[in-house]
Amino acid sequence: MNGIHDLGGMHGFGPVRKDADEETFHGEWERRVFGLTLAMGATGAWNLDMSRHARERMDPADYLRSSYYEIWLAGLERLLRESGIVDETELQSGRPLAGGVRPPRILKADDVAGVLARGASCERASESPAIFAVGDRVRARNMHPAHHTRLPRYVRGRPGVIERVQGRFVFPDAHAHGKGESPQWCYSVRFAGRDLWGEDAEPQSSALVDCWESYLEAADR
Amino acid sequence: MDDDHSDHHHSAAPTTELEERVRRLETLLVEKGLVDPAAIDRLIDTYENKVGPRNGAKVVAKAWADPDYRSRLLADATAAIASLGFSGRQGEHMVAVENTPETHNLVVCTLCSCYPWPVLGLPPVWYKSPAYRSRAVSEPRAVLAEFGVDLPDSVQVDVWDSTAEIRYLVIPMRPAGTEGWSEDQLAGLVTRDSMIGAGLANSPEAR
Repeated sequence: MNGIHDLGGMHGFGPVRKDADEETFHGEWERRVFGLTLAMGATGAWNLDMSRHARERMDPADYLRSSYYEIWLAGLERLLRESGIVDETELQSGRPLAGGVRPPRILKADDVAGVLARGASCERASESPAIFAVGDRVRARNMHPAHHTRLPRYVRGRPGVIERVQGRFVFPDAHAHGKGESPQWCYSVRFAGRDLWGEDAEPQSSALVDCWESYLEAADR
Repeated sequence: MDDDHSDHHHSAAPTTELEERVRRLETLLVEKGLVDPAAIDRLIDTYENKVGPRNGAKVVAKAWADPDYRSRLLADATAAIASLGFSGRQGEHMVAVENTPETHNLVVCTLCSCYPWPVLGLPPVWYKSPAYRSRAVSEPRAVLAEFGVDLPDSVQVDVWDSTAEIRYLVIPMRPAGTEGWSEDQLAGLVTRDSMIGAGLANSPEAR
């Protein structure tokens, strides 16, 4: 989707401000939002792509007005509602009602270390060879799907060169919508600054963007 | 540049209201038997106290000191980093990119906040800010200058946008004057920002 989260190349946000401190969290509520989000993510009620898509569907004005963990909080509430685990009345009151969907599992304290150490690999065994090879000239497709995608707007329609063949990975455009893993080959594609930003590009710069195979088409240029 | 942008991405809504909303949510989820509060505590403790950029600094220092390790890190970063005990969530698929006199690497996630947790911990606020996410790809030299890194035009700047599940670790250039240093000594020069590419490793004099 052409959402507000897709920020690459936008103007107007001012200088990058270094953090005033090196604290991981700023306030107890941020700690709890982080922990709740990871704990509910571990229940299997939704996947990481669904989480990202929940955050990027936030109202654009709210997204820019919100701090990072406010966006996480809104995303978590949305996922809980949409999955039928809690309803709006419960969210408003903080009091549980009967019913609600039960997620597949609950994350127990003793399982935390193991779950984090294992992580969740998104790479899947290859069933077909990669279409592109390092050095191949490609073009990012000009596409504007309304659904979740990880092809940022700033590279769409632009020519690039395959830099690395990363492996075959779960396809977020399908996975975020409960349409299975549909794994595809994923490539790091080098886009020259000049091809992205024209005369406004800085000298000698490139963006390297990880692109699933269906985001790309062969190019001769 | 004006100062209008100062902190509005940091804490917008009144904190008390937010705190109440979060408390309500946690109470609800605990009472419904969906979360174990002790698990929440453990998740927080892991990323606040156990996992952080000191892990990545050990990886970089080893790569500087041990040419064989450096080769393995560049060939298969996930395995090389796991061999030092760092692996798991948000570091399942690692790629190491090396700064040289000819090329400077910078890492961003323009679409959200992807970051290599096992080696760097959770990202700083600036890494997640719209200012960094919007500008790192279009004007990396200007962003780097704001971080105090001034690169000559002759240096190629490669910006890695973490749009998939691959997570990038920058190996900064080893500072001069560190010949014969131990890995522990070298690790003390490796800053978090240098492993994102937003800074350089400290020089021995600056320690």
